[in-house]
Amino acid sequence: MSKQKYKWVGTRPDRPDGADKVTGRARFGADFNMPGQLVGKVLRSPHAHAIIKSIDTSAAEKLPGVKAVVTAKDFPEQPNLIVPTGEMQVNLRDVTRNVMAREKALYESHPVAAVAATTDAIASAALALIKVEYQVLPHVIDVAEAMKEGAPLLHDNLITEGVKPVPTKPSNIAKRIDNVKGDTDAGFKQAEIVVERDYTTQPVHQGYIEPHACLASMAEDGQVQIWSTTQGHFQVRGFCSRLLNIETSQIRVTPTEIGGGFGGKTVVYLEPVAVMLSKKSGKPGKRVMSREEVVRASGPAPGGTVHVKIGARKDGTIVAAECTIALQAGAFPGSPVGPACWTSFACYDIPNIKVIGYDVVSNRPKVAAYRAPGAPISAWGVESTMDILAQELRMDPIDLRLKNAAKKGTKTSYGPVFDTIGFVETLEAAKNSEHYKSKPKPGMARGVAAGFWFNVGADSSAAAHVAEDGTVTIISGNPDIGGSRASLALMAAEELGVDYDKVRPVIADTSSIGFNFVTGGSRVTFATGLAVVNSVRDLVRECKVRAAKTWGVDPDGVIWENGCAKPAGSNVGEFEPLSLAQLAATAGKTGGPINGHNQLNAQGAGPGFGVHIVDLKVDRDTGIVEIGRYTALQDVGTAIHPSYVEGQMQGGAVQGIGWALNEEYIYSAKGKLDNAGFLDYRMPVASDLPMIETIIVEVPNPHHPYGVRGVGEVPIVPPLATVGNAIARATGVRMTDLPMSPPRLSAALDAATPRMAAE
Amino acid sequence: MAKTHVSTTINGEPTEFLCEPSQAVLDVLRDQLGLTGTKEGCGSGDCGACTIMLDGRMVCSCLVLATEAEGKKIDTIEGMAKGDQLHALQKKFIEFAALQCGICTPGFLMASRALLERNNNPTETEVRYWLAGNLCRCTGYDKIVRAVMEVAADMRETAR
Ligand code: FES
Ligand code: FES
Repeated sequence: MSKQKYKWVGTRPDRPDGADKVTGRARFGADFNMPGQLVGKVLRSPHAHAIIKSIDTSAAEKLPGVKAVVTAKDFPEQPNLIVPTGEMQVNLRDVTRNVMAREKALYESHPVAAVAATTDAIASAALALIKVEYQVLPHVIDVAEAMKEGAPLLHDNLITEGVKPVPTKPSNIAKRIDNVKGDTDAGFKQAEIVVERDYTTQPVHQGYIEPHACLASMAEDGQVQIWSTTQGHFQVRGFCSRLLNIETSQIRVTPTEIGGGFGGKTVVYLEPVAVMLSKKSGKPGKRVMSREEVVRASGPAPGGTVHVKIGARKDGTIVAAECTIALQAGAFPGSPVGPACWTSFACYDIPNIKVIGYDVVSNRPKVAAYRAPGAPISAWGVESTMDILAQELRMDPIDLRLKNAAKKGTKTSYGPVFDTIGFVETLEAAKNSEHYKSKPKPGMARGVAAGFWFNVGADSSAAAHVAEDGTVTIISGNPDIGGSRASLALMAAEELGVDYDKVRPVIADTSSIGFNFVTGGSRVTFATGLAVVNSVRDLVRECKVRAAKTWGVDPDGVIWENGCAKPAGSNVGEFEPLSLAQLAATAGKTGGPINGHNQLNAQGAGPGFGVHIVDLKVDRDTGIVEIGRYTALQDVGTAIHPSYVEGQMQGGAVQGIGWALNEEYIYSAKGKLDNAGFLDYRMPVASDLPMIETIIVEVPNPHHPYGVRGVGEVPIVPPLATVGNAIARATGVRMTDLPMSPPRLSAALDAATPRMAAE
Repeated sequence: MAKTHVSTTINGEPTEFLCEPSQAVLDVLRDQLGLTGTKEGCGSGDCGACTIMLDGRMVCSCLVLATEAEGKKIDTIEGMAKGDQLHALQKKFIEFAALQCGICTPGFLMASRALLERNNNPTETEVRYWLAGNLCRCTGYDKIVRAVMEVAADMRETAR
């Protein structure tokens, strides 16, 4: 596919917010203050599962300096209604209970009350004065345990959805999903080889370095202002409106700069509480989570169990595949088991597929989206099994994938038929990469795995304004987590035919631009990018009208080229081109300010595929894995700003390496988290890693003017199995449980050694 | 409890403040002096987002009591650019896209400058170990390490 030549798209200019972010000027969630603000703090349940019999706040309220105390009583009950949030769905009835526990505390650190006080010390003292009477209940942490008959029940009204006949008794299984294509029973009969394994994964935290924070103020007239570090300020507005019964347009949410989110900041925790505290106290209030609160009470990605069975012919053709996935939802239903199921075999063109998913509640914090929610978990199982299959068939693992790769026209197990996709191209690029062609260094072994994510469209609004001097402001409504301002400005400059630095991208608050769905699902450069391109096109259309007016010709006789209006041909007349600056200078006479805008529900998000390659070494004594070389390949459609595309690929790969090797939640027998901090929750640091090589594959998405697919999610999908597959090839031991941390890996190696010695 | 009076120099400016004996330098910088460029990721010395220089020594400002700053020199990210000139590291971080969300960036810049001040010819491994106390969840460190190595190379070039 020949690549179109662009002037700006595909270049690497400095990001518009660069200087602010390297000088400390950029203001993140905890950096906003208002005069007279109070400090908010939350009292959290010490128990994993307990009935809240009573809460006595009277002593706390009497403490001098305490201005307000809130409990669940202050929040109206919510209907049993599912609404989208980020890439996942939540039930309003549960959202209000997650923000503030009602009948029961369902996980350790579940909020039960909050205070606003004049100082941090007084707020802490007030929390200590709140008396909560609990009746402690038996709890359940593990997903397999939670599914067992007789397990402690979190919700006595929870009847499993998606099962026939409808169960008569409640359980912890919120939902079952069945995803079937063809007939796997018949398919497996054609198989000459069948590989079947069970896998587990542990929950992992998104690990954004900036804790959740917000500043909220409700004025005497009921107008609410919120500054929040969030992936979706419109969602913050929407949830505050619903949870507090405030008209949506009375609430104005300004997104602060955001210090990472990865899906975890698509959820509201603090804002409704902060607004309620402000309402009761009559003062603005600030609420910042501690790291410990972030780990204990904000959403991790789920852990779960994955059972995979793949049947193939001797030549590697896969004839049938099955997968059963059970994911922890946390305290309330709503794990990403849907995407886990739908993505599981999406890389492959398999005639017979059966995927079953279970959404299971347990006494843990409610899970939140984390980069390609659910997909890394099913890929851990499927891509490990693919590797075993390749080993048993003595096939190159990339060849096995090429043989079965999904292509344009492949029907997925979840319904849609793929349009143009680039999985084959990505596999071929991997095969032809210098990394794959070279031999691993002595002592190192190689692993390969693939991954898929749908990418997301959804609602976006944007506007383009021409200033009096002809420079342009692009206004959109998605917080910029990783360089999206730059990519929006690049597309706008390309479309307008002006220089990148003549276009200033701005992220507007909820009152200054139309609705935008969250920054998530890898949607911003695609969907909001589309809205920006369309608003620039609207602006150009207006410019042509103004030029036509200036020249006294028909607007159809005007074209737009290199940032100027020009006559379409000599038949229109001889006129000097009019630049944006010239059009702006006379705008008052031709119809007023020149603006463009667009709103849309973006369809046609282009699926993304990635392939990762690792060379690693295992220290047999300690179980420590040393990553020697790592390459991430991905079809991104078109890389608008390649540096930030590479950055997404590198960052996702490293998060996946952490997921594979170290990260996990460790619970005590009492259901309390034992590693709620960066010291014991071990995320990768610079010295754990080599450079992360990237190879960008570009198979443009036919449904976007510049071919954008989306980048951010795919790169966290392959690494788990990539690392596991290399460990299997390095040691001869196939790890099926994550994380493959030093103690677990050395134990597995010890267990395997005698057997291997005897062989 | 009576507050303690502290006299320091912050980014070259003589600065005085009153603080609680238990307050960390980080809190004073952010909450009292309005220097919010220094970030808090953990408050326990594990993320490096709060990295500052105290009398030329790299420290986690969340772990240093504000009273310990008495008579000492503090340097923060706000003092890194000179006039309207960004520091070479600041420029290179932007050029190399060594930041995505940017929350870790002030800490990485302070730590990287401290490294290059003592060693302008670090190996990749030395850079990685020096920066191992700074967490970045977005970048996978690749572009940060490259930016630091490149600035070191430029420094050696100018020094010749
Ligand atoms: S805030 Fe000081 S090290 Fe994390
Ligand atoms: S750029 Fe986000 S944590 Fe480093």
